[in-house]
Amino acid sequence: MKRVENLAGLAAFRKACQAERDPERTMIAVCTGTGCQAHGCDRIVEGLRRELEQAGLDGKVEVKTTGCHGYCEKGPLAVIRPEGILYQRVKEKHVADIVTRTIANGEVLDKLLYFDPQSKQRIKLEKDVPFYGLQERLVFGDNGYIDPHSIEDYLAIGGYQALEKVLGGLSPEAVLKEIKLSELRGRGGGGFPTGRKWESAKAAPGATKYVICNADEGDPGAYMDRSLLEGNPHAVLEGMLIGAYTVGAGAGYVYVRNEYPQAVKNLGIAIASARSLGLLGDNILGSGFSFDLFVSKGGGAFVCGESSALIASIEGEVGEPRAKHIHMAESGLWGKPTVLNNVETWANVPLIIRRGAEWYRSLGSPGGRGTKIFSLVGKVRNTGLVEVPMGISLRQIIFEIGGGIPKGRAFKAVQTGGPSGGCIPEAQLDMPVDFDELMKLGSMMGSGGMIVMDDQTCMVDVAKYFIGFLKEESCGKCTTCREGLARMYEILDRITRGEGTMADLELLEEMAPVIQQASLCGLGKTAPNPVLSTLHWFRDEYLAHINDKQCPAGVCQALSRGEEK
Amino acid sequence: MGAMMSAETTTVSQEVAALYDHDPAHLIAMLQEIQKRNRNRYLPRPELESLAAVLQIPVTRVFRIATFFKAFNLEPKGEHMISLCLGTACHVRGAARVLEAFAGELKISGGGTTADLKFSLETVNCVGACALGPVAVIDDAYYGELEPEKVPELLKQFR
Repeated sequence: MKRVENLAGLAAFRKACQAERDPERTMIAVCTGTGCQAHGCDRIVEGLRRELEQAGLDGKVEVKTTGCHGYCEKGPLAVIRPEGILYQRVKEKHVADIVTRTIANGEVLDKLLYFDPQSKQRIKLEKDVPFYGLQERLVFGDNGYIDPHSIEDYLAIGGYQALEKVLGGLSPEAVLKEIKLSELRGRGGGGFPTGRKWESAKAAPGATKYVICNADEGDPGAYMDRSLLEGNPHAVLEGMLIGAYTVGAGAGYVYVRNEYPQAVKNLGIAIASARSLGLLGDNILGSGFSFDLFVSKGGGAFVCGESSALIASIEGEVGEPRAKHIHMAESGLWGKPTVLNNVETWANVPLIIRRGAEWYRSLGSPGGRGTKIFSLVGKVRNTGLVEVPMGISLRQIIFEIGGGIPKGRAFKAVQTGGPSGGCIPEAQLDMPVDFDELMKLGSMMGSGGMIVMDDQTCMVDVAKYFIGFLKEESCGKCTTCREGLARMYEILDRITRGEGTMADLELLEEMAPVIQQASLCGLGKTAPNPVLSTLHWFRDEYLAHINDKQCPAGVCQALSRGEEK
Repeated sequence: MGAMMSAETTTVSQEVAALYDHDPAHLIAMLQEIQKRNRNRYLPRPELESLAAVLQIPVTRVFRIATFFKAFNLEPKGEHMISLCLGTACHVRGAARVLEAFAGELKISGGGTTADLKFSLETVNCVGACALGPVAVIDDAYYGELEPEKVPELLKQFR
């Protein structure tokens, strides 16, 4: 790849990339996200290419290997563009028909179309499928159009235009103003205003500063960051470049989970191609701004999602959090001012710069501007990643996008906010989803995991599961977290074995605030949430375990099932 | 420092330390690399002692890292690595019973390795393939929608 020396060079190169990609040309976009890979999408890609070659169409039709499209439930997915025909549950035996009938003859294969259980009809186009209907796929949507290994693909859809705009005449102050105006809040869990974070780091004294991308997506049941990094790594890079320019950082790190090898690989390819094009390195596009980016692979510790523990890990130390009175913006990585944002937050930045803060603010709700990607999983029909404007109700997400609960079972709860989030009952499903509203329900946004539970899920068991998880992942630095969670787990275990007493409930409620108040980091401070929220909304189930020695959901094996309600 | 350097150093630790300019800030990456090069994907004690000597840092610092992070194994692992996901989405879909099936079939518990070093069974918290739950990753390939009854058949192809 030839290095581009200036802004005009980048614009010209983008034009060339766009010219090479005729939007009218037929393209089969095959999802190669993890879900589809497990379903054998690699063989489908090979098969399609082979069939196209045999039909003499390989020069005319492109098979594009893309990142995750989000509708993991129906994988492997193939979308035929430009029409946008969605073929789902594609198998190897279908590839010949796709090429000889659909591609060569324009015939739509009914059996591969999505069947809508509501209207009892097959739906031809991706955009008409209910799963996608209510979504607003501003950040995640590009995944379905680009090959994550190709910087040219990203450029062709308008990628690095925000960087161009910034380096072409926006001062760091102007960029900061825009980000603040957009009211963007951190997508990693806390929901802290991104602009304020940047402002502090920018104002902090010192010539050496860092930006970090937190891709240590440890919340079980959440995989949106993985899919963004795998499917559209350049969007994250572009966001980080803009952030670094704004605060004056010369280097950045992406801290990515060891369990995500594909994300590490795609990120590495993206960084290498950005470097050789001249978008990373010294004097980027002749602007005088220099920045380089490195990948740091995590060692598999949930607590490293916490910012100070993450930084310790990048420094080659044990991932233990530090006290929060030292602000990262002033003293972060190697004691230097540091901005740390989550993958999805970074990916929102180019969008805001390109389309303007005013436009961005018009999306979402006062408690959260823009969109949020959720991973909708558990006992729900349409498992997958969904991107919706904030302010939409939980009911719309679970029942309209998610298609409700499978096998005719009844909805019981939805768990949001990761292990230390909360379980929300049916009665609260019409609440709008944003940072502030979820807090009011005793849960939180977290990174966007949304785990749906049906009437066969035992809420005491769920609380025990999360406390067990957090107990294992506690780094052990604070006594209240280390010992408190172990005791909580013992009590919950006792209750699930039918040996609990009412005094146990009191003890749980007494311990919770102590753990919350006396632990240093976010892990300990929020760890009792699963117990508190299940006790609050599902106290009956605890009582059934304790007083009647029954598990109404039939999960706890030591107990009888009890009466079906 | 002299006393530390007297430990026997291994070729692997020397090579890996050199890859990262002997900078202890890359300790985690170095240990990942050493483990990757090991046939049984673990960190033998002599390697850890050697790495400390090569980097001229206390051996306790190396052990601290090696024991803190889940990615590191201090015991040899089997030829086939089974990572069963116990993430929330898999949990509510019955992953615990799938774990029992694996454990029963292999006669080891989670975290264990069979005596013949053929299989290791570990549990992980979310591999990010929630739509497939319950899911296991065996030697980098994903096997989804598992049920206890499917486990014996699945294991057959690795035996």
